[in-house]
Amino acid sequence: MQKLVIIGAGMASGRTLEHIVEASPDAFDITIINAEPRGNYNRIMLSPVLAGERSYEEIITHDDDWYASHNIATRFGKTVTSVDRDRKVVIIANEEVSYDKLIIATGSTPFIIPVPGHDLPGVIGYRDLEDTNAMIDAAAKAEACAVVIGGGLLGLEAAAGLRMRGMEVTVLHNDGHLMNRQLDEAAGYLLQTDLEKRGITVMTNANTQQIAGDGKVEKVVLEDGTEIPANIVLMTAGIRPAASIGQATGIKVGRAIEVDHQMRTSDPDIFAVGECVEFESNIFGLVAPLYDQAKVLANTLLGIEDSFKIRELSTKLKVTGCDLFSAGDFAEGDAREDIVFRDPKRRVYKRLVIENDRLIGAVMYGDTADSNWFFGMIKDGTNIESMRETLIFGPAFQGGSASQMDPLAAVAALPLEAEICGCNGVCKGDITQAIEAGAHTLDDVRAKTKASASCGTCTGLVEQVLAVSLGDRFEVSAEKPVCKCTDLTHEDVRRLIKAQKLKSQPAVWQELAWKTPNGCPSCRPAINYYLLADWPLEYQDDLQSRFVNERNHANIQKDGTYSVVPRMWGGITTADELIAIATAAKRFDATVKVTGGQRIDLLGIKKEDLPLIWSDLNNAGMVSGHAYTKGLRTVKTCVGTDWCRFGTQDSTGLGIKLEKKLWGSWTPHKLKLAVSGCPRNCSEATCKDIGIICVDSGYQISVGGAAGMDLKKTEALVDVATEAEVDEWVTAFVQLYRENGKYLDRIYKWVSKVGLDWIKEELSDPQRRMELFDNFAISQSVYQKDPWADHVSNRANQYEPLADLTMEAVT
Amino acid sequence: MSWTDIGELGAIPIRGSRIVKTNAGCIAIFRTTETEVFATSNKCAHKGGPLSEGIVHDRKITCPLHNWVFSLETGEAQGADVGRIKTYPVKIKNNRLLLDLDAINASAA
Repeated sequence: MQKLVIIGAGMASGRTLEHIVEASPDAFDITIINAEPRGNYNRIMLSPVLAGERSYEEIITHDDDWYASHNIATRFGKTVTSVDRDRKVVIIANEEVSYDKLIIATGSTPFIIPVPGHDLPGVIGYRDLEDTNAMIDAAAKAEACAVVIGGGLLGLEAAAGLRMRGMEVTVLHNDGHLMNRQLDEAAGYLLQTDLEKRGITVMTNANTQQIAGDGKVEKVVLEDGTEIPANIVLMTAGIRPAASIGQATGIKVGRAIEVDHQMRTSDPDIFAVGECVEFESNIFGLVAPLYDQAKVLANTLLGIEDSFKIRELSTKLKVTGCDLFSAGDFAEGDAREDIVFRDPKRRVYKRLVIENDRLIGAVMYGDTADSNWFFGMIKDGTNIESMRETLIFGPAFQGGSASQMDPLAAVAALPLEAEICGCNGVCKGDITQAIEAGAHTLDDVRAKTKASASCGTCTGLVEQVLAVSLGDRFEVSAEKPVCKCTDLTHEDVRRLIKAQKLKSQPAVWQELAWKTPNGCPSCRPAINYYLLADWPLEYQDDLQSRFVNERNHANIQKDGTYSVVPRMWGGITTADELIAIATAAKRFDATVKVTGGQRIDLLGIKKEDLPLIWSDLNNAGMVSGHAYTKGLRTVKTCVGTDWCRFGTQDSTGLGIKLEKKLWGSWTPHKLKLAVSGCPRNCSEATCKDIGIICVDSGYQISVGGAAGMDLKKTEALVDVATEAEVDEWVTAFVQLYRENGKYLDRIYKWVSKVGLDWIKEELSDPQRRMELFDNFAISQSVYQKDPWADHVSNRANQYEPLADLTMEAVT
Repeated sequence: MSWTDIGELGAIPIRGSRIVKTNAGCIAIFRTTETEVFATSNKCAHKGGPLSEGIVHDRKITCPLHNWVFSLETGEAQGADVGRIKTYPVKIKNNRLLLDLDAINASAA
């Protein structure tokens, strides 16, 4: 009988053994060696063991009796030191086991990120029963807290398990959303909020700087300085194939042990299976392909022709109550399309990826009932052309009549008791009654029935009921939706971001039922602005949602070069600044133009030179003039009492103070101020967004001027006596605009919409004024920093080409 | 095919873009998702605007100069505009970005 030796007792080797003994119990004399002091158990069920939902005994797949009854010799708790291929023996402590055929199934080891402190007691990987028991022990201590580094499948299952055992759990993930390999942002967002509801703290974009403690783990320190207390730190940042036996044996090893279609290594008598193998440049971490490999290997050993092929994979998370599913290919390809379905109320998100009339990928969250049906289609490559329109609704909806495709007909066909507005429990009959009673506009229906008055996502549906009931008599409301991604207006979106505490773009897309995967150039900059204005401390500005000028902190010109404008506070400069500007202009061959905002524009700068010229200007003490932002541009001044024989106040000084207060802040559209030292108004304050005219008795503040596409004189807001009051009123006014304005509405447009009376009413209340004043200060604590200096030190490489292939030989 | 390494996937932010200088002019590499990239000419078919500076949305790019929108898959202008930009084969392997130099040299010739 041939001698078969197996190194490793994991999922893959267990399955291989089963196939062999089932098919041909007497084919081999088998010995299995395992470094763990036990045989095969179902490793993927360790998470339920950790969570207390299963016991270890329940997940054993092969116990001692099984090995005995199949005449399999075991060497458990023994580490292999080497393999002698010439003599065909495996060497373990004090023993040699000879083989005819050898299987290496050593699996993988957790990747321990080599940060300082990674070797402290209390830092563990998550691989085997010992790790699991260590976590269970740690959780049993009072007020125990755990930090999980790595928000992938394994890390989240562990986090949920530890939380169920009562630990304080923080998950650190270095990407922007959880499970970023399997999920898109929308599903990652839903998962994160579900985990947070269980009391798990999730920190994304979190990079660990060090693990600290005196003799054992005490805390984790992030790169931004945040410290998180921890009794244990779990590393689930990935796995590495355990291929060292392969290397020691001298068989071919790349990233892992290389095998062919029959799982054979470069030595014809040595095979490898599971996570320790590399096949056609792929390595493996999920169980399904391991089982395929096990079957191929068993057949090969038994002389049956078989061949391993990579097939489509799907992922499910084993966290009770978090239903998610991900399958198929989201990677490179041509001509792909998405179908997206969102139901904010039920917290459902589904996305299908289609290529050449075939489903190639699916992500589902909240409702995964149809996942197998979709997965089957992905595997079979079913042509979905005929059911494309209804595909996302799943198998139950196929074969429906064509009338279901016309939304108006579908609404007309709804019974009167069908619920239209889930938030307020309003059914179609309530709405049609209100319409019969004279409510002929959306606002009327909202006022009478409350339908669509809360989350607003059924607005389109309510309008359709109106259209069906009134026919041509119904006119769709004048306020336009933000863009084609949503039916909501800007005002709706701003209100809902505040009311529902939406703090990320994926949150907005999901909760407000966006129709596109990730917005469009119209809504993305607007949503980005609303989020950073409403949640300055929580939301992180997204450069990819900004127009080029705000992303590159310079103004793009028609030839693709940029213009650069340093700030000149209140229009005041010095000889030294002018020398620095002149030197920079010469160095970068700039055209020099004096702007209308009392400063100097350097035109014709190449993108790759931007960090260089910024650095030159920074070194001379200058910062970005934000001449490219929807934010504070300039505060224009006259020379005031310093020099002018008519000046009544220090208009230059006040202008500089205001500019130093307001610079760096983002606003719905650009913001220009001016301060004139007397009513002669040399700084043209009465056509600015905010203008201040100095008079003998103090300061006249007026707002809402325009001197662009429209021409408009400012309207009086308030007269005050002191500079401190100017600061208070102007700051509060700017903050009110920041919190309420529609993106791309200049102040004059916003004022005409909300009415100056309402603004005066808000600002006249000293308490409200101070609240706005303080909110502005909070925002400035984040955003008042020079973006040029920031990009020079942190992002300079983004201004260079990724690669230069012009020198590559033409073949 | 002549796949040439042009850098790390992580060098391009999601929904961002970087350019590569080649003999066929600047080529924009767009990263639409975690694991999906496209390569096209960096020049807008309208007035030559640098497409790599536009906003990436879905599998489309909007030119920063006059808001023309192109499919990154086919290179076709979207909506009412008529025009096309060149697309090039690009792929991800082991977190590295590979560009097909043959396709680029063919269009440079």
